[in-house]
Amino acid sequence: MKSALKLLALATTMFVALPASAQEVQEAPTIAAEPVATETAPAAEEGGLTVTVSDESEWQDLGIAITSFATDRDVPTQTNAGSTAALGRAISEVIANDLRNNGLFKPAGPQGLPQPQFSEVQAPDYPVWQLRSADMLVQGYVRQQSGGNLVVGCYLYDVALRMELAKAGWVVSAGDWRRAGHKCADLVYSRLSGESPFFDSRIAYIAETGPKDRRLKRLAVMDSDGANHRYLTSGQATALTPRYSPDYSKILYLSYLNGQPSIYVYDLQTDTQRLVTRSDNPTIAPRWSPDGRWILYSMAIAGNTDIYRISASGGEPQRLTDSPGIDVGGSFSPDGQRIVFESDRSGTQQVYLMDADGSNQRRISFFGGRAATPEWSPRGDQIAFTHIAGDLRVAVMNPNGRNMRHLTDSWQDEAPTWSPNGRIIQFFRTERNSGKTSIWQVDLTGRNERQLPTPVGASDPAWGPIRE
Amino acid sequence: MPANLKIGTGLILAGSLALSACATNAPEELPPQPSGTGTSTSSQPSSSELGLQQGSQADFVNFTQGADTIYFDTDRYNIDSEDAASLQKQAQWLNRYPNTRVTVEGHADERGTREYNLALGERRANAAKNYLVSLGISPSRVNTISYGKERPVALGSDEQAWAQNRRAVTVTVN
Repeated sequence: MKSALKLLALATTMFVALPASAQEVQEAPTIAAEPVATETAPAAEEGGLTVTVSDESEWQDLGIAITSFATDRDVPTQTNAGSTAALGRAISEVIANDLRNNGLFKPAGPQGLPQPQFSEVQAPDYPVWQLRSADMLVQGYVRQQSGGNLVVGCYLYDVALRMELAKAGWVVSAGDWRRAGHKCADLVYSRLSGESPFFDSRIAYIAETGPKDRRLKRLAVMDSDGANHRYLTSGQATALTPRYSPDYSKILYLSYLNGQPSIYVYDLQTDTQRLVTRSDNPTIAPRWSPDGRWILYSMAIAGNTDIYRISASGGEPQRLTDSPGIDVGGSFSPDGQRIVFESDRSGTQQVYLMDADGSNQRRISFFGGRAATPEWSPRGDQIAFTHIAGDLRVAVMNPNGRNMRHLTDSWQDEAPTWSPNGRIIQFFRTERNSGKTSIWQVDLTGRNERQLPTPVGASDPAWGPIRE
Repeated sequence: MPANLKIGTGLILAGSLALSACATNAPEELPPQPSGTGTSTSSQPSSSELGLQQGSQADFVNFTQGADTIYFDTDRYNIDSEDAASLQKQAQWLNRYPNTRVTVEGHADERGTREYNLALGERRANAAKNYLVSLGISPSRVNTISYGKERPVALGSDEQAWAQNRRAVTVTVN
């Protein structure tokens, strides 16, 4: 818990303007508020880089050589990766694993590849990489500042064009070194695919241990690749359904701490929590608005569950639904104007839309079966949900309820959550009989599906936004 | 839930996994009891014969003989005649011990989404509470809580197990 707070307190990555040459890298870097290279528009006329969002096949086939990041001086660091040279290799492994584990491109390295010298970082030995048939080349450097912070530079080159495509640099604290790797992977991914970044993000979830009838459920957090894993609660009280605040400073979740299921706001900076609202009635299904100013929760009064909205700073809750059925959950559109939610007012769970003030409620799911746990994509173009027709499957549809597509086909997949860029969905899968749970992710094609590494059973993933 | 009661016998024979959590030997005509606190035989001795403290949870379980739990169809929360008989038995006991309070715990089977099942369990617990209140039990004596699908009593993933898990269990509050 303490270390989690430390992590967040130190999590202020600064972007630095990259020097024009390795010589200048030796100088103290100029700290800038903006990243040096964030352009994501694909260069359409450049060979091998033609990208369209609807067809991912071309950029997916790009072979990318990811080399060990060089250092000007191999000195001990305060990181758990070792000296600056070892850290350079570890950072490039983070990058390669990000791309490899998500089925993006055809990454190679850092193992088995030549290691560029510090002086080569900005002057690649192109013939070497052409011989190796690499399309793209990632190089970089690590340099330690006097205070223990690390400067990490990241460069992406087109080998055939012998041209630099993107570069960026970051100053990270020792405990945050992996973020430099994720930022570099995001730079490569964004530049080559034209998509928004997603690797430098975190996931809150519920860690599950023990037999099915006496299962311990603890609030836990981890990086998008499973690293920096931490438990936030002990498991004495069952914890469920976490949601990271958009600025990562808080987590909303359900706890049985006081007997009745109740929504708490867990403050990661002060290591304290408070009830979202004081009530003798159970509160469930917490959600943030995209700007973090509003909280949605569902509350049952005399058995009838409705959706409420309350300011994140407190005040009087406002009831948004009043049907005699179960109205539960809710997910804001990216502009915060509308809410997609679940209701069984028609007899079974279906997906409904309403304006953010509760007006204009209307059903949008009309394709048979039940439709539950809707989550609006951060891009705004899709709604992910759980489709229940015998088995539980993760599906997407347009915000008007049309073009429903299943993304998974297993016995029980539920509770989708979007990647920050709206291209990948995580959900949890329950194993028949044992009830063992695990977190999986699938892309919007439904083809690339994989299980996330977690130390124990895992459910209720909640993917946070890209970190600033 | 006659169908549910009929499969009770089959469960005892076939569902050793499902029953492993139960410490009781339920009568064959009743579904297995969800809590491990009960002591029961088919001859139904009185609580005093068993040395149970009057008005206690053990006394309640012994008195109700399985009627501390009512069962629901998928996604339903209505009180059928079987449930009504069980709740009448509970009310009988509550009338005998007017200073006792109870909590009705609502549950759902695993074949639904987590949050909906929490709401559904709350709805089922309230259906049981409302019926007790209609029998003259003061609402202030009956709390409700939902565990959704988080606390199954039958551990299998089949229709029989799910039927056992769609339940509302009344327990005494100390």
